[in-house]
Amino acid sequence: MIEVNSIVKVGIADLNIVTAPGVIRTSGLGSCVGVVIYDDVKRIAGLSHVLLPDSNLAKQAELNAYKYADTAIPILVNKLIDEGARKYALKAKLAGGAQMFHFTSNSDIMRIGPRNSEAVLAILQDLRIPVIAADTGGNVGRTIEFNPETSKLKIKKASKEEQLI
Amino acid sequence: MNDFTNLTNVQKDVLREIGNIGAGNAATSMAKLLNKKIDMQVPSVKVVSFDEVMELIGGPDELIAAVFFRIQGEAPGTVYFILSIEEAEFLVNEIVPGNKGNLLGETANDFAISALQEAGNILTGSYLSALSDFTSINMQPSVPYLSIDMAGAILTVGLLELSQVSDYAIIIDTKINEQEEQKGVQGNFLLIPDPASLTKLFHALGITEYD
Repeated sequence: MIEVNSIVKVGIADLNIVTAPGVIRTSGLGSCVGVVIYDDVKRIAGLSHVLLPDSNLAKQAELNAYKYADTAIPILVNKLIDEGARKYALKAKLAGGAQMFHFTSNSDIMRIGPRNSEAVLAILQDLRIPVIAADTGGNVGRTIEFNPETSKLKIKKASKEEQLI
Repeated sequence: MNDFTNLTNVQKDVLREIGNIGAGNAATSMAKLLNKKIDMQVPSVKVVSFDEVMELIGGPDELIAAVFFRIQGEAPGTVYFILSIEEAEFLVNEIVPGNKGNLLGETANDFAISALQEAGNILTGSYLSALSDFTSINMQPSVPYLSIDMAGAILTVGLLELSQVSDYAIIIDTKINEQEEQKGVQGNFLLIPDPASLTKLFHALGITEYD
């Protein structure tokens, strides 16, 4: 393994940016979606930990824009461009969007995992950012780590081998 | 009821008492189930960010066994009973002596998981019924769900409802543990009321004004 110089950690409903040789990580994704957007030549990547699909759901006076797919992803893209990434070169990888419990009630909030994935894909399409790889759905938690050096996303699930996409 | 981040001491006391009553009843059930003495700690009431919720349990990566249900009705919220994997396996072994079943991975034992689910049902059920009796609030629990996975993934489910309104959660956290043994079962009950429920809970317990 290459020596890892620094790990940038991203919390829930947060986002951040890393340049090689650092890596960026978020832990314990369940229904949340971890969206990595990167420029593989400039070796810069951003990660957003999306909690909810749509900021129209908010019943909050002060909107936390990092929480929703439709607001967080454009912010992440702008930050990447500010840091020298090229808009046309951006690509995305994502993971998460699981349904942790199989609810009998058909409450929409309980289908939040798939809805998060759908929302993220729709916004990436709007922004014309191609999705290179994705590991979404299922009913398992994921911890993900992206290395801008290799453009690989490492996914760790409970009691399973790590995989790279 | 929008700003619940500044709870008064009286309000915190009331929430602590709610945790006390619930976990006290659950501890009694657990004592009967295991035929052992069970201790409980004084509940803590915390207003924390979502990241801090995970830290309460050991971080978002931490593998845990959790029984979870939603409370529907007048005062909606979420209840978790959380064990570490070792504690959960220990608990299963206490209930079903001789069962060395794993809870995780390919070799996971269905029987062990079923025993854990049942223990979780009993404990969370007694937590909730005490809560409902104490507050005279009609609480309808969902079916309890068991999940053995990362703390972050499991706990987020209980925060979703709340996350549309706030970036903080009120956590009423009570630990129960076996009295005698060093390495006994130690569980955490987490009650996460939806923000709108707080007024209901306070009213039910005689606090009518916010000061």
